[in-house]
Amino acid sequence: MDSEIIIENKNTEHIYRDDVGSKMGMWLFLFTELILFGGMFILYASYRFMYSDNFRVAAMRLDTVVGTVNTILLLTSSLTAVLSLAAIQKKQKLFSMYLLGFTIVCGGAFLINKYFEWSTKIHHGFYPRGPEMANLSDGEVVFYGLYYVMTGLHALHVIVGMVFLTVMLVFVYKEKITFDNNQKLENAGLYWHLVDIIWIFLFPLFYLIH
Amino acid sequence: MSEVSYLKYEGKHKGLAGWLLSTDHKRIGVMYLAVMSIFFLTAVVFGFLMKLEMLTPGRTIMGPQVYNSLFTLHGVIMIFLFIIPGLPAVFGNFFLPIMLGAKDVAFPKINLLSWYFYIAGALMVLGSLLFGGGPIDTGWTFYVPYSLRTNTNVSFAVFAAFILGFSSILTGLNFITTIHRLRAPGMTWFKMPLFAWGLYSTSWIQLLATPILGITLLLIILERAFGVGIFDPALGGDPLLYQHMFWIYSHPAVYIMILPAMGLVSEIIPTFSKKNIFGYGPIAMSSLAIAFVGYLVWGHHMFSSGISDTSRAIFSLLTFLVAIPSGVKVFNWIATLYKGSIDLRPPLLFVLIFIIVFSIGGLTGLVLGSLNTDIHLTDTYFVVAHFHYVMFGGMGTLFFAALHYWFPKMFGKMYNEKVAMIGAWIFAIGFNVLYFPMFILGYLGMPRRYYDYLPEFRNWHLVSTIGSWIMVAGIFIIVINLLKGFFKKEMITDINPWGGTTLEWTVPTPPPVENFDEIPVITKGPYERMNNE
Amino acid sequence: MENTHSINYGTYVLVWLGLVVLTTLTVAIAGLNLASLTVVVALAIATTKSLLVANYFMHVKSDSRVFKVFILVCIVIFLTMIILTFVDLIFRVP
Repeated sequence: MDSEIIIENKNTEHIYRDDVGSKMGMWLFLFTELILFGGMFILYASYRFMYSDNFRVAAMRLDTVVGTVNTILLLTSSLTAVLSLAAIQKKQKLFSMYLLGFTIVCGGAFLINKYFEWSTKIHHGFYPRGPEMANLSDGEVVFYGLYYVMTGLHALHVIVGMVFLTVMLVFVYKEKITFDNNQKLENAGLYWHLVDIIWIFLFPLFYLIH
Repeated sequence: MSEVSYLKYEGKHKGLAGWLLSTDHKRIGVMYLAVMSIFFLTAVVFGFLMKLEMLTPGRTIMGPQVYNSLFTLHGVIMIFLFIIPGLPAVFGNFFLPIMLGAKDVAFPKINLLSWYFYIAGALMVLGSLLFGGGPIDTGWTFYVPYSLRTNTNVSFAVFAAFILGFSSILTGLNFITTIHRLRAPGMTWFKMPLFAWGLYSTSWIQLLATPILGITLLLIILERAFGVGIFDPALGGDPLLYQHMFWIYSHPAVYIMILPAMGLVSEIIPTFSKKNIFGYGPIAMSSLAIAFVGYLVWGHHMFSSGISDTSRAIFSLLTFLVAIPSGVKVFNWIATLYKGSIDLRPPLLFVLIFIIVFSIGGLTGLVLGSLNTDIHLTDTYFVVAHFHYVMFGGMGTLFFAALHYWFPKMFGKMYNEKVAMIGAWIFAIGFNVLYFPMFILGYLGMPRRYYDYLPEFRNWHLVSTIGSWIMVAGIFIIVINLLKGFFKKEMITDINPWGGTTLEWTVPTPPPVENFDEIPVITKGPYERMNNE
Repeated sequence: MENTHSINYGTYVLVWLGLVVLTTLTVAIAGLNLASLTVVVALAIATTKSLLVANYFMHVKSDSRVFKVFILVCIVIFLTMIILTFVDLIFRVP
């Protein structure tokens, strides 16, 4: 087979650790997330095909600046996430922790932006069963439905990612993650990058239809 | 430690906790079996009651609302709690690691989590019967707009299915990683048992198709709760898109149901014909082919829903394609039996029943897959007969086969083989008397999911209901026989009662924790025999 | 042992710069009127950004081949889902 199973010696016991297997498990899980959002993208694509003009009208009420800022935030946090892995591999524990912390803060900033975005919309009555919805065309109603569900589901995944990364931060601090035992950190990073990739697609499809 | 059977082993936790907190794949498999059996038998009872109602036109023993809920729940329980998880969760869990020469699956704790998701989903299905607006009446397909409007417990039941999806996904994830990473030294991909190939193909469907169902069900809940406007036609949604999303999962789901079962057939036939399997390579590849082509045909559930003519033609063509790899399997199985030294024991009898019954089901699938005939037969009893032939006659019969094949190894006990054979025959006869008339009823125009029917359908309904009694008697005999075997005092210790050649027949009966003292080194194919074996 | 991941900080920062440039590009292009090309261009840029994130940040480029095969399988399955759905939508007669 292959020789990539790592054997650590803890006291007298051999502990078998399969980092590649662990990474494989995480990638397989990421595929389920991709398809979950993929399903929503299929619906988005279908409805945009059906309602192309009204999608454009509805999209004009979204704030491109906030969307762009959020995109940059997530891209940067993706950078710092992978840098934190590289740092721990170089035995730079403190630097790794700072980078992880910065990643989490970026996620937090993203969520704060989203909160203001949503609350503005809701304040103006643009939400499911809200007062403004009755005045909108079918296409616009569907657009907002997709908007709330997709960005909401995404935000949920940002929260999960932040929790995951925070746990990893603690592990790095406690040296449960080290220069030669860091698959967990890589896995958390993979999850975070996926959250980033989903937003990379969400952003133009909702904010850049002009 | 290695000689203590997994049944008796006492580790960190004792007694019941030793089971409920166990990450041993064998205990998890048995726990799935225990719970699943209860739900299977419950759904059999629901079916039995439905057939009783159909004995006469008009009201027989229940009103229409109860009938609608019964057929919905019969479908939900059978599909989500039995047929989809059945073979992977019970026998895949128990035997995949052993067949690969491994000590357990890749992620044992996640395996236990899968079981807990299953239990949570199962309890929620039960809960949906009792709370709120009452048991759902939408059919197991939850079509919009009715599922958005009915006051029955849709959100709860649909959330149950969502949770069950997690169980399925995690099992698939676990098996893929196990097969990639934990095969014994020397066991190349093409020396792996065909049951493993079946499970591998199935796992890719579980992994990639289930999330589509997940998001679709989530949207139903969100629409009911918040009026989001994604499927609701009153808000601009398209009910056909719901159907697309639903069937994008639910068609591949039927291959989740049948691929492990077909893998099992490839285990049983070489064992009971004392011969190497014919066409190992094609059989293995056909599992992958079925898994892939299965993603391409979902539109055949929507031929009369209003999709475009072009797409109907394309889906019909693709549907015919998927019959080809199944045909490859049947050919190779028969070629294996040919000139073999046939030992007709209960597992093989169930397999032979399967081949006949599944072929009937499969051929009628072609009738439904062809547009001109489908127009007349869709949403009639013809469809009901078709899917019972392939799902129940397919996976159900093979679930019995698996039980009868692996029972001695799992429990160290033996059931009465003669009684098992009798039970199998009665089951097979009852099955056909129950379901074959439904082809005729459908052809004559009897619609499905109808509480009442015209008097002209009465006679065939009568025959069918009598068939249900015979079949249930057969199931009763089978189940009681197995239970009696389970509760027998005397144990068997024969490591290989059937003369099988795969690794599970080289470990003690029942297997010890961690299966192998020493991981074996594999040098030959899984079904190769020495001349005098 | 395991494939050594790129632990060169510089590479990662360069990739990030590329991502920022592409983001700027996609926002700028949105201001132009490209009619039916809009979606294609937007998706092309998004795909490029995703490939950068996947290959470098997620190490797909340097990992063993099985991961690339897995990702390909996932993408192919997703594409069949969306393409066959559109075969219905495009040919519907209003």
